[in-house]
Amino acid sequence: TKTQNFCRNEYNLTGLCNRSSCPLANSQYATVREEKGRCYLYMKAIERAAFPRRLWERVLLSKNYEKALEEIDENLIYWPRFIRHKCKQRFTKITQYLIRIRKLTLKRQRKLVPLRRKIERRENRREVRAAPTPLTPKSPLPALAYGKKSPFSFQYGDIYNFPIHAFDKALQQQEAESESESDAEREEDEDEDDEDKREFVEAEDSELSDFEDMDKLETSSEEEEEEEAEKKASHSKSKGKTPLKGPARRKRPYIEIEYEEETEPSTKTKAA
Amino acid sequence: AGDGRGPVPGDGTDPPAPERVLFPPTFSVSEIKNKQRRHFMFLRWKQQQRKEKLALKKKRRKEREALGDKAPPKAIPKTIENQRVYDETTVDPNDEEVAFDEATDEFAPYFNRQTVPKILITTSDRPRGRTVRFCEQLATVIPNSHVYYRRGLALKRIIPQCIARDFTDLIVINEDRKIPNGLVLSHLPDGPTAHFRMSSVRLRKEIKRKGKEPTEHVPEVILNNFTTRLGHSIGRMFAALFPHDPQFIGRQVATFHNQRDYIFFRFHRYIFKSEKKVGIQELGPRFTLKLRSLQKGTFDSKFGEYEWIHKRREMDTSRRKFHL
Repeated sequence: TKTQNFCRNEYNLTGLCNRSSCPLANSQYATVREEKGRCYLYMKAIERAAFPRRLWERVLLSKNYEKALEEIDENLIYWPRFIRHKCKQRFTKITQYLIRIRKLTLKRQRKLVPLRRKIERRENRREVRAAPTPLTPKSPLPALAYGKKSPFSFQYGDIYNFPIHAFDKALQQQEAESESESDAEREEDEDEDDEDKREFVEAEDSELSDFEDMDKLETSSEEEEEEEAEKKASHSKSKGKTPLKGPARRKRPYIEIEYEEETEPSTKTKAA
Repeated sequence: AGDGRGPVPGDGTDPPAPERVLFPPTFSVSEIKNKQRRHFMFLRWKQQQRKEKLALKKKRRKEREALGDKAPPKAIPKTIENQRVYDETTVDPNDEEVAFDEATDEFAPYFNRQTVPKILITTSDRPRGRTVRFCEQLATVIPNSHVYYRRGLALKRIIPQCIARDFTDLIVINEDRKIPNGLVLSHLPDGPTAHFRMSSVRLRKEIKRKGKEPTEHVPEVILNNFTTRLGHSIGRMFAALFPHDPQFIGRQVATFHNQRDYIFFRFHRYIFKSEKKVGIQELGPRFTLKLRSLQKGTFDSKFGEYEWIHKRREMDTSRRKFHL
């Protein structure tokens, strides 16, 4: 630090490097240190200066705070006031932090798991590779197509595979039931929805139609077709296993009121 | 040696077309010491390769057309999904043991429509901006879900309280440096707990061409490509988050698509423009998950019984081996 030095000696009492608190400079010295949760009083006496191994005498302090303070006093009787005072201060500090350790271990510990950079990078690349990008051939808006690298483009194939049949069923049932006025309402509804979503829908339309026409287009590469067909095949196969698709899909319950509710938000100002 | 190299750049004129240049068999582009020349030679070589490839393709296509019906079927290109190492735990749709297991596991009451899912979404301590917003959006996507702040509560203490208040699932979104990066999904009445690594989280405003917010209708759930036993149980966990009866009026669909062990979550709204054409609109957040571990009971990191842990050394050795 700018004003003071820290002492690196482990037996130092205050931690600062002064003449009065250096264990090497003073022949009579004492410290309190703790080991594995127990506190010891270390004393250095001038008679043992010739025997470095026996230099520091160790006294175990009791676990009881007040008793330990008394023990320090007993052992350091007739010692200079400064050392006694500092020893007690240090002992107090040590017990306080020991208490805090014990309290913290009872609470939940936050374990920091380090991220390994290489592994993170590898997993991110794998994720990007796992998400198939739409191989859009020569679409009229190439910029849009590239920007829209949604990994869920194969989803289009998915979606218009399954609901068609249910939609057909529902359509038939509804046509059997409903009258012309309901049809008119539904058209209105769809028109408004279309309006809202018209921007994106067009581009998607082109993509969809691209996919549909891909078989006819000569310029499309063979690989893309294969992949598309494969994906569709694998999707339809895997769908059979999902539990939710098994039970029969119910027809759309058609109630006038509900349709009106749906149109309300779309008639508000267009947000998208 | 100089003759073998053909015309050299720096002569001013463009060298003649590559077909006329004949390389002696021992020649290799990388042997030229001069960088400029080497680069030039390499480009020329590349062009030549491309031309050859195109010619080959054309020839093949002509042959195909010539043969017409008798043409041999096109070769299927190899993809990693094709070459996937066969996993012995792949579920066969007719497997009785699996069916029996599923009828008696922790999700049975959900699939028998006895319980309605009620979800608690929370985060790790002190969530920051993106995570908070992500939680809110997730709550709009999943019906019947509630977001609560963590405020330093221990998960082990939360869980009995949740069970007492009839929650069926708990989602904890873990955060790192202000972005969500992990997800713990725990089925509450003593159900399995799955820990995922979450990545590529896109909030609603970051999704291009999004629609309006998701409405309160119950979305439909699509689970794709969960083939193995492990994948099956995870798929059921996801399915159990949503109420069992989707409202088709809402035309919303939530998809969990598994590909190469990454689960992509997307939320769309669809509309039928005609019989065969569907338009879809992406709404709602999107994220990808990778399963890290699956525990038998509720969340307990020390004493829990792990059903599956991702062990990097053993499981990431082959590029074609996937576990979900």
